[in-house]
Amino acid sequence: MRIANKSTSAVSLIKASLEKIEKHKDKNIFTFINAEPALKKAEEIDKKIKKGEPVGRLAGVPYALKDNFLSKEGETTASARILTGLESPIDATCVEKLEAEGAIMVGRTNLDAFAHGSSTENSYFGPTKNAFDSERVAGGSSGGSAVAVALDCVEFATGTDTGGSIRQPASFNGVFGIKPTYGTISRYGVVAMASSTDVLGFFAKSAADLDLLMEIASGHDEKDMTSLPDFYGSADVELGKKKIGFVKEFVESPALAPELKTALEEKLSLAKSKGYEIIELTLPALEYALAAYYIIQPAEVASNLSRYDGIRYAYRTKTLKSPKISSADKSSEKTALENLFLNTRSEGFMRENKRRIMIGNFVLSSGFYDAYFLKAAKARTLIIQEFEKAFKSVDAILSPVAPNPAFKLGEKVNDPVSMYLEDVMSVPVNLAGLPAVAFPAGSTTSEKTPHLPLGLQLIGPRRSDKNLLKLVEELV
Amino acid sequence: MSEKSSNPYEITIGIETHVQLKTKTKLFSEVDNDARGKEPNSCVSPVDYALPGMLPRLNGEAIRLAIVAGAAMNAKINPSSRFDRKHYFYPDSPKGYQITQFFSPIIGEGFITLPSGKKVRIEHAHLEGDAGKLSHFGDYSLVDLNRVDTPLIEIVSMPDISSAVEARDYCKELWRNMVYAGVTNGDLYNGNMRFDVNISLKKPGDKKLGTRAEIKNLNSFRSIERAVEYEYSRQSKLLDKGERIVQETRGWSDATGKTTSQRSKENAQDYRYMPEPDLPPLRLSEQFIDENYKSCPLLPDDYRNRFSDSIPSDTLEVLLDYPELVRRLAEVEEKSKNPSEKPVGAVANLFASVLLAEENTSLLNDNLPDAEKLIELVEMKSKKELSSTAMKELFLHMFEEKHIEKTARELAKEFNLIQENDSATLEKIVDAVLENPATKKAQEDYKSGQEKVLGFLVGQVMKESRGKANPSAVSKILKEKLK
Repeated sequence: MRIANKSTSAVSLIKASLEKIEKHKDKNIFTFINAEPALKKAEEIDKKIKKGEPVGRLAGVPYALKDNFLSKEGETTASARILTGLESPIDATCVEKLEAEGAIMVGRTNLDAFAHGSSTENSYFGPTKNAFDSERVAGGSSGGSAVAVALDCVEFATGTDTGGSIRQPASFNGVFGIKPTYGTISRYGVVAMASSTDVLGFFAKSAADLDLLMEIASGHDEKDMTSLPDFYGSADVELGKKKIGFVKEFVESPALAPELKTALEEKLSLAKSKGYEIIELTLPALEYALAAYYIIQPAEVASNLSRYDGIRYAYRTKTLKSPKISSADKSSEKTALENLFLNTRSEGFMRENKRRIMIGNFVLSSGFYDAYFLKAAKARTLIIQEFEKAFKSVDAILSPVAPNPAFKLGEKVNDPVSMYLEDVMSVPVNLAGLPAVAFPAGSTTSEKTPHLPLGLQLIGPRRSDKNLLKLVEELV
Repeated sequence: MSEKSSNPYEITIGIETHVQLKTKTKLFSEVDNDARGKEPNSCVSPVDYALPGMLPRLNGEAIRLAIVAGAAMNAKINPSSRFDRKHYFYPDSPKGYQITQFFSPIIGEGFITLPSGKKVRIEHAHLEGDAGKLSHFGDYSLVDLNRVDTPLIEIVSMPDISSAVEARDYCKELWRNMVYAGVTNGDLYNGNMRFDVNISLKKPGDKKLGTRAEIKNLNSFRSIERAVEYEYSRQSKLLDKGERIVQETRGWSDATGKTTSQRSKENAQDYRYMPEPDLPPLRLSEQFIDENYKSCPLLPDDYRNRFSDSIPSDTLEVLLDYPELVRRLAEVEEKSKNPSEKPVGAVANLFASVLLAEENTSLLNDNLPDAEKLIELVEMKSKKELSSTAMKELFLHMFEEKHIEKTARELAKEFNLIQENDSATLEKIVDAVLENPATKKAQEDYKSGQEKVLGFLVGQVMKESRGKANPSAVSKILKEKLK
């Protein structure tokens, strides 16, 4: 990562970044560009450097903020119409920490609205295109951030990972991405998706960069009661068994692209050559992970999206007339207030948002709670226990992030179930609150799809984040 | 209640009570929890108005007060409890859900003892955030979020209550207990405590309870009693006609004296309860629970036991509505050097008959005289240094700002109210009165057997002494002299 110093000015870093942003406009990476304030901040940092005053560990480093992070710079929209116009009075804790070290936000990046999706196609601002192939998806939901780093628009970018939203776009675009242990980085000031699996993390060009960012952003925050006591760099879990596992069910899955299987096998033999014992694991409870995730996550999503009603901030409908739903719907006349809610939410949410609100409210509705939500919570407990058991015999688990490399734009967007299946190898990690690092593992070589990045993830026990990054360095 | 002499139906009542806790800050944010007299929406943080990305931060003071409240209803405190989300759309609920404790509440089973001695069991009580307030005007409404997430405990009674009077007594006793425990300001007019009353009727001997109606948001003891009476008559008339009771929520109007339907069960909301993922489970150590449980101050029932010999129970029941008066009485008892003379009874009587007299109630907000002063005052009366009238007069003077520093005796001297008991001095005054020609006729009348005239003569002496003479001593001297 290039950091401003006596020989490299912050202004030159920011200018270079802004030029790249301009150059890759067609990829639709950014929802907001922070050019002037960024340059102004860079000038101030340069002055400090000249005077010999101390500057932070990220002095003058241009970075991109996923548009679901609240900051006083620009509107925080989460790529959703319903949040358009929202100017935040506060900075997310994570933003505060980055800025305190001199990092400079040059722009906000595109995502699936409210992070609902695996392709960044569900954005109010249109899809972001893959860094290597503009006909393909960037992955999601943090598609904009991944592409911004892949195309050197920024030195690093923030992301959120609720079910794979950092790791999958990282692997689709050939960059490094970390999904930390649940609770490592404060969630304060980040638009919630599913609170019990949401984590903040980063995209960068190396594991070492991710380590520095984690040093800075991690730590307990009294504004987030689910944040863990400080541990990063001080009380990390040691990974000293010299054993790496792989999940039999994933490797043998017919859905797994052969090129990804090969990439995985190559990395396993690399590990073996470095003295690691390779262990085959069977984790049968993972079969229920996707189903459990698509119950718990929409339930929390439906709940977290309840606050967007057009009353207090951001988007509000212009019409208080009853929406025309269908001629069959002749139910009682709606009040103006009900129409305000209905129209604001009908107009403000994307299709995928609405789908999850429907699913979530269904599984939480009276009489269904035990059959769905409670059962999913039990499956989640099983998954947690299975991982705990696995980590008694291995340091880490190597796995694909997604079954396939980047798919075509439009290929899955109208088929929600096949889109959800993209998450099958990433969501177990979120349900268990584990850390995982996605890293590049070569490219596709077939004639049909040349040069698409392939990505793998290394999954570790809770609080092994730092050691996991060290282990990744050995495997790249 | 009913025109019929014997009641054909038994009434079963359970009450849910919302108590606003008087914490400094709100349940989930650091904003001032006391919005009295403040501009609408001035006590609201981004957490309260539910800006995206905001997370609740649990207020430890609310947990402590909840434990004390639990102690004030003889309840078990659960060392492990959890928060849940209760969803509904309305502009008074910025998050679109209320954070409450649906699955595992902090306060377990307990009971409240009514003045009659009857125990009403508490099923559980839980912590939750209050909602905002809407004001409706013509074609628009205004939202005030100052009250959002003021900490509440909701106390759910068992259906142990079986009359309108008992319902009132339960609410009043619960209110007193919460006020004595110091967990709430207890201002009913401003909604610090609100009662939802569930009422059902059944035939005597029926095992199954009847269908209930819930009357929401009652906030005076009188309205609770009246609403239950009204519901009894409404439901019994329906049952007499063979109609069924609809399970529904009803509202009470003080003006019309009636309840009206607000929402039936068929239209009831599905709150879609879900565990609150932003708050970890609440785990309390035994020591923390113990310390706070024991910090609960004395409750009305403790004072009933304490004053059972010294204060008549009807006087005490009146005074129990004023914890500061009752606590002062306890001090009087502790500091009195002659407890056998029961100065506490005399002070209680002063409180009840003078301070709580309608014309003096404004004094309740003033500085209540110290226990020492009150003891001295009633002792001067019992030593006959003060007449009863003089004692009451001095008692009222004690509340005045300029007299705060003075003892009862200093004040009595200042107002020249110390009673004259010295017989030599009194005899001189009596002689002066008897020598006055204006009293000659009365003296002759008395001597001729008209004993009533003595009162006139005593009055004359009192007048001559400018009120300071002890009237019974004067009367004795007069009788002696006119023999």
